[in-house]
Amino acid sequence: MIFNTMKKEFTISLFTEHHIGILNQVTIIFTRRQINIESIAASASAVKGIHKLTIVVNTTEDMIGKVQRHLEKLIDVLKVFVHTNDEIIYQEIALYKVQTTEIMKSNKIESIVRSSNARFLEITPEYVVIEKTGHKQDTTDLLNKLDPYGVLQFVRSGRVAITKQT
Amino acid sequence: MAKTIKKEKITGAKALLYSLIEENVNTIFGYPGGAIMPIYNELYDIEDNKLNHILTRHEQGAAHAAQAYAMVTGKTGVCFATSGPGATNLVTGIANAFLDSVPVIFITAQVTSTLIGSDAFQETDILGISMPVTKWNYQITQAEEIPKIISKAFYIAGSGRPGPVLIDITKDAQMQTLAFNYQKCTHLRSYNPNIPLNPADIESAAILINHARKPLILAGHGILLSKAEKELMAFVEKTGIPVASTLLGLSAFPAKHPLYAGLLGMHGNYGPNIKTNEADLLIAIGMRFDDRVTGDLKRYATNANIIHIEIDKSELSKNVEVDIEIHGDAKEVLKALIDQVNANSYPEWLSGFKSCNKIEANKVIKQECYPSHGKIRMGEIVNLISEKTLGEAIIITDVGQHQMATARYYKFNNPNSLITSGGLGTMGFGLPAAVGAKIGKPNVPVIAFIGDGGFQMTIQELGTILQYKLPVKIIILNNNFLGMVRQWQDMFFDKRYASTELVNPDFIKIAEGFDISASRVIERETLEISIDEMLACEKSYLLEIMVEKEGNIFPMIEPGSSVSEIKLC
Ligand SMILES: Cc1ncc(C[n+]2csc(CCOP(=O)(O)OP(=O)(O)O)c2C)c(N)n1
Ligand SMILES: [Mg+2]
Repeated sequence: MIFNTMKKEFTISLFTEHHIGILNQVTIIFTRRQINIESIAASASAVKGIHKLTIVVNTTEDMIGKVQRHLEKLIDVLKVFVHTNDEIIYQEIALYKVQTTEIMKSNKIESIVRSSNARFLEITPEYVVIEKTGHKQDTTDLLNKLDPYGVLQFVRSGRVAITKQT
Repeated sequence: MAKTIKKEKITGAKALLYSLIEENVNTIFGYPGGAIMPIYNELYDIEDNKLNHILTRHEQGAAHAAQAYAMVTGKTGVCFATSGPGATNLVTGIANAFLDSVPVIFITAQVTSTLIGSDAFQETDILGISMPVTKWNYQITQAEEIPKIISKAFYIAGSGRPGPVLIDITKDAQMQTLAFNYQKCTHLRSYNPNIPLNPADIESAAILINHARKPLILAGHGILLSKAEKELMAFVEKTGIPVASTLLGLSAFPAKHPLYAGLLGMHGNYGPNIKTNEADLLIAIGMRFDDRVTGDLKRYATNANIIHIEIDKSELSKNVEVDIEIHGDAKEVLKALIDQVNANSYPEWLSGFKSCNKIEANKVIKQECYPSHGKIRMGEIVNLISEKTLGEAIIITDVGQHQMATARYYKFNNPNSLITSGGLGTMGFGLPAAVGAKIGKPNVPVIAFIGDGGFQMTIQELGTILQYKLPVKIIILNNNFLGMVRQWQDMFFDKRYASTELVNPDFIKIAEGFDISASRVIERETLEISIDEMLACEKSYLLEIMVEKEGNIFPMIEPGSSVSEIKLC
């Protein structure tokens, strides 16, 4: 049997019971197979009492199928969906912290923020916090643009995703 | 729905025991300690005929005994251990039950809930430790949760693909009180073990079966777990398809049946391995294409369509890409299939198996089971015992060459009569498993074949045999070596016997210390008479048999080889 060894990005949505340790049960299935989790988000789902985990990984088609079946086997997991990026609407949120003095020097940062569809979340005498939602590429682009002005802190959330299929 | 309500409040510890009684448990294997003392304290008040506690000599022993008990009785086994080292000592036993899909409930005690996370005395994160090797685990910190969680544990352990469940109960939860109210769990929204059959799959499988010219059944442990032996027999007798067995599938189909083709895998029989790559259809039932069965996957089942009948969806197309996946319980699937398959026979295909058997008999079995000179061989011992017990005993093995010799040469006649460690290959499994099997089936002879190495891994369970006067028969096949490892050193590491030769104690003297009758056989002349003596003895008996030191188990599919490259010598 020849397995396809091409890796690509998959978004896994798990609906689970909201039990202590569920995250641990889920992540060891990836660890065992040497799959790194690129991002992870946990939240309530549209159904009361059911939790939703969104996990992004890079792996092969064959492997993701096995992982999906193994995840579904977990007693506290209700359902597992695996999607490629073209099947979902997804977003990540990124925050950037920049020194206020940098902003004062010119209006360059302001125009970067505006043209990137980002916004100022907080402005204090010492620092400003910029917020941008988008795909990883978008938030990375903004990071690169702000970099020359000194980004003090940068953080990006896990992916949240909703399927296009109705 | 069975429902029990008691008015007066009882402790969590008592509620646990009452819950076990509600689940029809009457035997517990375990070992006490600080954190679990409230449970043992309540156990003291419960009559032995309701809950019989077997005190092993090590928690690993309790775990293996509970598993063997479950395997011979078809019930869910129960095992107790205290927190910390008690719980960690279970881990090998839990993993063993997990890999071989045996339902066992492990109850571990935990330190008081307020101390959790403080590195309190004998605190370990047994949930974290056992997570990868349990079907489910849970920590109870409130007494009220006990009945509900225990019923859930039994439901999960015993349904679908069975497996071990660990429930960790804090000491304060054991001591708090609650109004006991027991309701059997019959449904969970996140877990559905009852899989509806897909008629289209059954139909397409039947078509493949009816058109096959060289079909072969691969029977696995799933047949025994789903109690589908009768359905398998009916299916086989109607279709005339030969049956090969995995190690854990042994005893699901009687070895003396004319359509029994033998053992699959690394040290299996010549015919079923060779024929795997000649077959045009493999019908795999309740087995998981373990690498010890398949050899090199790229050259496995090269001419065959494959139908895989399996209750665990994650096993379907995991190792081998199959043509028809039938997700379902073996018993249900076979029942549905029987009506749709044609009565048939395959005389030519079967005669090919017979020729293979002749080759194997000449090249391997004759020398192994009927030698006329040289040191005693493992095969002749197993063969003798098989004949003398008419294949009716419950056979236990440890892990190593003696295990393979037993699997190859004992002719199992009754379901669930081989108790062995398959997936994990746990040395030290044999002796405690014999304890559990004997307690589960006191009226059936229990004979354990154990190596001189593995015997010393759980030798302390002789104490359990002594205390409960268990009439188990222990046969040590003594080659003064970690034989299976030595065989690999012989074959693949230029005979460099690094740390495999054993200097052994006097096993006879040891047995005597435990009040177990014992004798040693060195010469072939006294072999049969000693075996007769052992079998006639009504108490426990240890028979040490000195065997060929450097005997190798053949046939063998070497690692990386294909099933069709199986070697006879
Ligand atoms: C707990 C454990 N440790 C190590 C091994 C590796 N191992 C497999 S077979 C074997 C040798 C067993 O020797 P013995 O019990 O004397 O049986 P024999 O092969 O000689 O029949 C060893 C060390 C194992 N299976 N389990
Ligand atoms: Mg040995």
